Amino acid sequence: MKSGTNASAVSQSVKALGISLASVLAVAATPAFAQDAASAPAAAATEAVAGSYTPMKPTPGVGMPVPEGIGLQDQYSKLGEYGAWIHNGVLLPIITVICLLVLALLIIVVLRYNRRANPVASKTSHNTLIEVIWTLVPVLILIGIAVPSIDLIAKQYKPAPKGALTIKVTGNQWFWTYGYPDNGDFEVVSNMLNPVTGPTINNGIRKVGSEPWDGPSHLEVDNRMVVPAGEPIRLQITASDVIHSFAVPSLWFKLDAVPGRINEKVLMIDKPGVYYGQCSELCGAKHGYMPIAVEALPRDKYNAWVMTHPGAKVDNPNAPAGSETDYLPGEEPAGAAPAADASAAPAAVEAE
Amino acid sequence: MATTAEHFQGHAEDHGHDHDHKPAFFARWFMSTNHKDIGTMYLIFAIFAGVIGGAVSGIMRLELAEPGIQYLGFFSQLVGDDPSNFNATLHMWNVLITAHGLIMVFFMVMPAIIGGFGNWFVPLMIGAPDMAFPRMNNVSFWLTVAGFCSLMFSAFVPGGTGMGAGTGWTVYAPLSTSGSPGPAVDFGIFALHLAGAGSIMGAINFITTIFNMRAPGMTMHKMPLFVWSVLVTAFLLLLSLPVLAAAITMLLTDRNFGTTFFDASGGGDPVLYQHLFWFFGHPEVYIMILPGFGIISQIISTFSKKPVFGYLGMAYAMVAIGVVGFIVWAHHMYATGLSVNTKMYFTAATMVIAVPTGIKIFSWIATMWGGSIEFKSPMVWAIGFIFLFTVGGVTGVVLANGGVDDVLHDTYYVVAHFHYVLSLGAVTALFAGFYYWFPKMSGKMHSELLAHLHFWVFFVGVNMIFFPMHFLGLQGMPRRYPDYAEAFAYWNHFATVGYMIMAASMGIWFVNIIYAFAAGRKAEDNYWGEGATTLEWTLSSPPPYHQFETLPVIEETAHH
Repeated sequence: MKSGTNASAVSQSVKALGISLASVLAVAATPAFAQDAASAPAAAATEAVAGSYTPMKPTPGVGMPVPEGIGLQDQYSKLGEYGAWIHNGVLLPIITVICLLVLALLIIVVLRYNRRANPVASKTSHNTLIEVIWTLVPVLILIGIAVPSIDLIAKQYKPAPKGALTIKVTGNQWFWTYGYPDNGDFEVVSNMLNPVTGPTINNGIRKVGSEPWDGPSHLEVDNRMVVPAGEPIRLQITASDVIHSFAVPSLWFKLDAVPGRINEKVLMIDKPGVYYGQCSELCGAKHGYMPIAVEALPRDKYNAWVMTHPGAKVDNPNAPAGSETDYLPGEEPAGAAPAADASAAPAAVEAE
Repeated sequence: MATTAEHFQGHAEDHGHDHDHKPAFFARWFMSTNHKDIGTMYLIFAIFAGVIGGAVSGIMRLELAEPGIQYLGFFSQLVGDDPSNFNATLHMWNVLITAHGLIMVFFMVMPAIIGGFGNWFVPLMIGAPDMAFPRMNNVSFWLTVAGFCSLMFSAFVPGGTGMGAGTGWTVYAPLSTSGSPGPAVDFGIFALHLAGAGSIMGAINFITTIFNMRAPGMTMHKMPLFVWSVLVTAFLLLLSLPVLAAAITMLLTDRNFGTTFFDASGGGDPVLYQHLFWFFGHPEVYIMILPGFGIISQIISTFSKKPVFGYLGMAYAMVAIGVVGFIVWAHHMYATGLSVNTKMYFTAATMVIAVPTGIKIFSWIATMWGGSIEFKSPMVWAIGFIFLFTVGGVTGVVLANGGVDDVLHDTYYVVAHFHYVLSLGAVTALFAGFYYWFPKMSGKMHSELLAHLHFWVFFVGVNMIFFPMHFLGLQGMPRRYPDYAEAFAYWNHFATVGYMIMAASMGIWFVNIIYAFAAGRKAEDNYWGEGATTLEWTLSSPPPYHQFETLPVIEETAHH
């Protein structure tokens, strides 16, 4: 496929093939897996982790919009900090100066060259030097912008290291599901909590504010997408019906969930916290009511959360790779995940 | 030879008292082949469609004034939805945003700026008696009207979750295919087919007219910049609209005949639709703004009493914008999962457009520099345009950056950006052109006082609506949301207040039109004076029904 980390169009039939491929791999990998399990201390640790989880109470103003706010949300990822610097430190000053320059020139023209101040108009209509200048100077400014901008794109496309935790995100009309193939393949269904006033958005879901850890109305969900903080996570994003978009502004993250495709991107959150986002591609009637809540926890607490699910197991991101090949962008994810993690979990989680 | 001339003049004398011999009402307005009448009909149609599209945005701003859903239920009942079905109520929101976008793009800005001013003034400015294909010109107009009717009709038939097409103006698959059963989206697509066919015919007409019907001595490099802008626009229409037609035809067959062009389960690709749509969609935004550039150039030159600075640079900057406009489309798709090289390419290519756009901004200022500026209403609107378009342009440079777009894509920042270049750019240029040419078209002077008042109230209103949307977008508010978190309430409320001010300015405009027809003094041939040098000012106001029966000759020294 293309050289990007995503863009692997997978039709339904190919998906089915992927599943069978994964199961074949699982069988083939069994001896290696058994060997790893025997030698790795992580296996013992897995049994020691007891399941426990109380949702984190979000910090006001962190990972969410602030009332009357006029700037970017504070960023909680390295790439977000870099992106915010490009916006706040490079783009915003440049565009402000350009607007003020044009405004100043207009004011000068209005004051100096109105009919009273200048009754006789000049007939100047050419000046090669100035035309060259106002062509070349913008070119130089744009090159100056392009350098960090292209660099940011390059960094954003850096693929996840082998062994990174994979989470599968699926957009549905009108809720998100999060699959954890590396943790025993359980799935979390995430619905928006109903606002305190107004009609019921999601039947059978409680109202926001009925638990002490609830965040803002319209942004809080019943089951958050819980992730470990401080380590790269491989998000594989798709949709089951129409196009949705998984977006979290404070993590500088937005990637469309396209039915029949798996889009992949690395998410790395600096510190624990709750980070809110909203679906960002028109997906039908309740497009405005399928928010995203990402709860980043320290590794041990994440493991404890994982173990609250029946049949769950702790993944070990730092285990030496049981495989020979690096994870390559665009590679069939169903094959890559078991190879990299030496876990038998098929990556092709079926959300439908 | 002499006999012929005598005969010709004698003939003219016979009809001397009624030189224009206009057809009777029905034949004149329903079977028109006159570019000025068709232009007038386009303008009236655009005003009518603009009022509807503006009212739709009024409903949207009303709903967005406070968090929660307050008014959508009422409006969804009006089109026949079941009030107890909350999803149908929410669907109404998507119908409103779809209708607003399609109406404003296809049935307001394009008919006004190309169909209206283009039809009226391209033949006048190049010294032609009419358009090259007068009958086709009429077909273009009525196809546009039929398209509008189809779009209006779509609101009253089922579109999936509720009545009407709720796909957004972009009509993305699969929301527009498997996601929207019912005939509403089919009617919406048919509306685009009709309007698109009308625009393609219009484009052919303009290109033929401009290439073949220029008066003796009117070389390409002597054409007024408005004519240049319409020429470039016509090429953009001709090259981009067939791609849209293909894309939405594939939507139709996916919807109704079991094809799977955009359905992954049948081997198709939803993202392919986006590529096709934006291959049309990006040139489309230049289609809307380029004729505005042309109008602004004429006005700035007229009221500065100077020829346009860097005429050739201005003309070819528009050509460059048109060409580059075709190779930047995927910057609308940064979030779809483009490959890294694709994203880098589209980032770089998009930023290139800032260069010819900058040339235009600076050339307008240089045209005013050293001039003897009269602040008549068109000039005030034009100066307002330069500033507002600059603001909209620089946020385009921000959005061009694929990496930064990851946080801004599909937020209100994008809404702010494209309304600054369209609602505050193209529409401001339309009003500038309106006040510039209205007395020429109607023969009646408008009130300059009201025109200035209109500008200032409009300026305050639209900036109040759209500037805070930058803040909302930076804070992360997604577009196409009828309801939002409490944190977004303040600026949304502010924008709604701005809408009311803007709406008041429209009232001033209508009063001004009524004033002009009821009490406006008669317009002279050249009411703007010495700065107005193009050919339309050599004619009476309004111009005769058939002008330039003897072609004007452009002398060597004449300037644009």
